[in-house]
Amino acid sequence: MTMHEDALLRASSQGGWDRRTLLKTFGAGAVAMAGIPLLTACTGGSAPASSGSTTATFGSGSSDEVPKAAYKAVTDAFQKKSGVAITTNVVAHNDFQNKINTYLQGSPDDSFTWFAGYRMQYYAGKGLLAPIDDVWEKVGGNYSDALKKASTGADGKMYLIPNYNYPWGFFYRKSLWTEKGYAVPKTFDELKALCTKMKGDGLIPIEFADKDGWPAMGTFDYLNMRLNGYQFHMDLTAHKESWDQKKVSDVFDTWKALLPYQNPNALGMTWQDSAKSLADKKSGMYLLGSFLTQQFTDKAIADDIDFFPFPEIAVEGQDSIEAPIDGLLLSKKGGQNQSARDFLAYVGTPEGQDVYASVDSSNIATAKGADTSKFTPLNKKLAEAISGAKNISQFFDRDALPAMANNVMIPALQSFIKDGNVDVKNLEAQAKSLYAAQ
Amino acid sequence: MSVSTNPSARGRKATAAPARRVRRLSGRDKVVLGLMVGVPTLIQLVLVWIPTLMSVGLSFTRWNGLELTDIKPAGGDNYQFVAQDYPPFWPAVQHNVLWLAFLAFVATPLGLLLAVLLDQNIRGTRIYQSVFFAPVMLSLALIGIIWQLFYNRDSGFLNFLLGTAGTPQAVDWFGDSSVNIWAALFAATWRHAGYVMILYLAGLKGVDPTLREAAQIDGANAVQTFFQVIFPAMRPVNIIIIVITVIESLRAFDIVYVINRGTNGLELISALVIQNLVGEGQVIGIGSALAVILLVISLIPITFYLSRAFGKDKEA
Repeated sequence: MTMHEDALLRASSQGGWDRRTLLKTFGAGAVAMAGIPLLTACTGGSAPASSGSTTATFGSGSSDEVPKAAYKAVTDAFQKKSGVAITTNVVAHNDFQNKINTYLQGSPDDSFTWFAGYRMQYYAGKGLLAPIDDVWEKVGGNYSDALKKASTGADGKMYLIPNYNYPWGFFYRKSLWTEKGYAVPKTFDELKALCTKMKGDGLIPIEFADKDGWPAMGTFDYLNMRLNGYQFHMDLTAHKESWDQKKVSDVFDTWKALLPYQNPNALGMTWQDSAKSLADKKSGMYLLGSFLTQQFTDKAIADDIDFFPFPEIAVEGQDSIEAPIDGLLLSKKGGQNQSARDFLAYVGTPEGQDVYASVDSSNIATAKGADTSKFTPLNKKLAEAISGAKNISQFFDRDALPAMANNVMIPALQSFIKDGNVDVKNLEAQAKSLYAAQ
Repeated sequence: MSVSTNPSARGRKATAAPARRVRRLSGRDKVVLGLMVGVPTLIQLVLVWIPTLMSVGLSFTRWNGLELTDIKPAGGDNYQFVAQDYPPFWPAVQHNVLWLAFLAFVATPLGLLLAVLLDQNIRGTRIYQSVFFAPVMLSLALIGIIWQLFYNRDSGFLNFLLGTAGTPQAVDWFGDSSVNIWAALFAATWRHAGYVMILYLAGLKGVDPTLREAAQIDGANAVQTFFQVIFPAMRPVNIIIIVITVIESLRAFDIVYVINRGTNGLELISALVIQNLVGEGQVIGIGSALAVILLVISLIPITFYLSRAFGKDKEA
């Protein structure tokens, strides 16, 4: 449920601000934030854990009912198995994410929930995380190379134990496709041909929603990876590559060919609106994360949903998949606690992931050998798509600097959707300033 | 921010008045006075002045928000970035100006009109007052839901009235960047008019009824009475309303935020400040620079208000 919630929360976007808080925020602004590290530093927190202790703390941003219960099941099972008591501190999802800076500098828990991508590497680079190569030695065999790559920091050391992930791709209604005789497109040309056909049949070929700004990043990521390759995606999001180059404008030019087939009302729609449109058979297919399926509470519709990966365009075929990974990290302090390391190792086993999935079944467990017998056929297909991928990207807002994603890409993509124009020079100018501030 | 000046004004009076009788103050009086002046001053300092000055300071730096040693001087780079490279900034300034014009020329006069109408002792005036004032009291989340119901493209009330709901001609009130600012302004008017109405109602109640009678005896008609006698008599309220209108248009935020977080045609400076200072997209230097720009703009009406308020004190 986390990703659904994750998406939902980002969709409804920090809805909880009241006017007063906001006024305070921009009155007190930056400085309040400057003060927070000092304040949190004063609050002390748990006693430093020594090695050989039989307790460990675990900070969780999975505050929603189901994932919360799922993590509790995991910590309970671990305690039963190893005798190590895990104290869990659950923090509201958005707060956890927004306050990670101060959290890591204050008195973080030994282990905590986070995700793969730029920000993991960033904090690892700042020395706020503990490398866990020893844990990976134990459980590394449970993970595919793509997952291993995604769990590695910029220094080549391992930092993340993946728990679950969820792929992005095209979702469609099987019954509609059989009725109209559509076939799954393997190449971009086939996709365009299919779109033309669907348009002729009076459908919106590709469902699309971008009122909230972030969903369009999925289309950008896939076009970029299929045109320029996985490594270019990683280098661009880390700003090792310039935005002001032909490769980037090619992505937007290619996208222009798809724009007429995407829902023209995207800028006024949330992904939930789009999900409804797909369910109502008003549109042919929808490029989104698999959290989409949780919108279909009607079992008849849910069973009618199928998936295909983004078609190949220029390079690397369909090797790369966008599948954000959620997992556990060890804070710098937690690195000294062997029990915390053992806990991470446990989460990295099929056994640990089965315990999690027994409560929260909406995600795809990452460890090989995790129980797939309860999977729906769709989930099996999603799991296969991930395990078959050579590279796993994390979605633009996890792979890139968050400010780049939120402050630059959202307005840029929205204006691109509006009129098909994008100023890559300006994107580069903004990227330069923002990455320099890090 | 205008509120912030009051305690210091009070403080000044408090110290000025007893200065003449200083010998009659006991030690306890001094402690009490010290506390009365000191505590508000301290609160002011901690909650307003120190953060403001630090914001100004940070706006000339680059900082990742981690360690204090990571703060790097950046000169005017953040301001240059905002003015030159940050595409939402100039649209945001334009929208704020539009917002001000709309509130000043549509919403505020509408509020005044409502107040005048409801001041006529018509039946059920209390009910009307409550109805018009209700939007001011609603929470952000509720406002979001209400306007969603009203403006939704496929199932919204407005498109239903226009007969376009569910058809391709339906107006996308939130998504179409050429109309969504007007949709938001309409929603803002809905709140602002109620606010202005209540203030003017209070103002109208405070006008001496003999003025009205005198005007009538002199043969003035209702319109003349209002514009030449009553309205000028409400000068203090008028000044407050002007300042409130300006400040509301500068801090306009909540409605665009619930619509789409202030993107795609709904950019406002305040929304950009939040975007850059709070949450994941935090860039402290740039966010602070935006906040300082907003502060400087806000200082203009505040200065106007203060000079009027203190100027009048001197006259009296």
